[in-house]
Amino acid sequence: MSEVRYTKDHEWVRIEGATAVVGITDFAQGQLGDIVFVEVPAAGKDLTAGGEAAVVESVKAASEVYAPLSGKVVEGNAALPDAPETVNQDPHGKGWFFKMTLNNPAEVSGLMDQAAYDKFVADLS
Amino acid sequence: MVDQSPETLKTTPLEALHLARGGKMVGFAGYRMPVNYPLGVLKEHLHTRTAAGVFDVSHMGQATLAGEDVIAAMESLVPGDLASLTPGQIRYSVLTNDDGGIIDDLMITKVSDGVLYLVVNAACKDRDFAHIGARLAGRAVLTRHEDAALIALQGPKAAAVLARFIPAAESMPFMTSATDKFGDVPVRLSRSGYTGEDGYEISVPNAQVVAVTEKLLSAPEVELIGLGARDSLRLEAGLCLYGSDIDTVTTPIEGALAWVIGKRRREEGGFPGAAKILGHLKDGAPRRRVGVKPLSRAPARAHTEIQNADGKKIGEITSGGFGPSYNGPVAMGYVETAYAKPGTPLQLIVRGQSQPAEVCTLPFVPHRYFKA
Repeated sequence: MSEVRYTKDHEWVRIEGATAVVGITDFAQGQLGDIVFVEVPAAGKDLTAGGEAAVVESVKAASEVYAPLSGKVVEGNAALPDAPETVNQDPHGKGWFFKMTLNNPAEVSGLMDQAAYDKFVADLS
Repeated sequence: MVDQSPETLKTTPLEALHLARGGKMVGFAGYRMPVNYPLGVLKEHLHTRTAAGVFDVSHMGQATLAGEDVIAAMESLVPGDLASLTPGQIRYSVLTNDDGGIIDDLMITKVSDGVLYLVVNAACKDRDFAHIGARLAGRAVLTRHEDAALIALQGPKAAAVLARFIPAAESMPFMTSATDKFGDVPVRLSRSGYTGEDGYEISVPNAQVVAVTEKLLSAPEVELIGLGARDSLRLEAGLCLYGSDIDTVTTPIEGALAWVIGKRRREEGGFPGAAKILGHLKDGAPRRRVGVKPLSRAPARAHTEIQNADGKKIGEITSGGFGPSYNGPVAMGYVETAYAKPGTPLQLIVRGQSQPAEVCTLPFVPHRYFKA
């Protein structure tokens, strides 16, 4: 079974064995508003936990999407640049940003689980 | 334009209405203002272009300037031809400093031979009004309208909607202003705006502005629009945001605002910084504000470096983002004058990568002002 974790920067990570799928949370897309531009990383790009991995822009502003874990990009979601609104419509599904391998699966324990993230978001408002 | 901590921010008389209608509040020019409502920036923008939107712009500065020779007095502070205005006519102008830079851009309405009505930017209003009061001391008296709010009704349906409340509104020429009554509320109505669309700016006593706004919002064509869409609308319309696109070290010629300098004023001068500004007009300015059309999908935000085709820095983006009606990235910025011709290829350095762009004519979306 897959396991979903969250960062304080509002990325979600679905751990699937030695790889992970990364996107931004429904809370994040709601805060950003209408998304008009997405840049996803190319396969092979090395990622460091907390480092810049992708870009998402709404009408209002540009934001970075950070790598939640260290590893290497396996695939960027090629459908997003031509349909950035997918991130608003389905942030936890079709709006995924990239898939990555994990250098150090132990890093996962530093991320929030669903209950901790829900509390984190509740405390922001 | 600096964001401030919430407790020091001022509020407009429409604060409760914004909160009740789900406005997402942010700090802007010292005020807590709605950046968008639940509809979102994109739909608010498109709604304004297809129907009508109402905006709270009460943070802006309103004042009356009165004096026997107020027209000549005000001409000593701006390069516009005010003497040719007829009562009720509005002129867009700029307050210039002694170095030819722009202190602010503003709307000047001739109410009568001895009275002008001024609307200036929120972030500049204290400085503007102090400047005008000091420079015109003994010639004119400035009275701030702290008792009045300001709302804008903009879009192709604005005239039809407002005519239900003020029948005379529909036939007002563009860039004219009049006093009237909205129901029993005395208002100053100006056919002007900041979106490129037909529309009005309505000055309403603070105590009645909620009721007037609610009545406008009861029209099925009207949605409440936040500052986010106000910015994307004005950018598509090629209109300057003071502090970003023009400032105290930009002359009107550099700012592509030569048209604000009246013909008579070009000959006579007599406004602050005239020597420098008229010099730029005659001999050309070193740089110029232009429209910049990114050719990739990546929006280029303010402060993005502009390079020529050979990779030499020639300027900077001052406003940029995504144009919802244009359906693509839009920007404006300053380039060395040699590169100001439409079609000139440019490179924009976005997140360290070079993106192709070109100089383009403004506006991105044609103006649709009312023509009688």
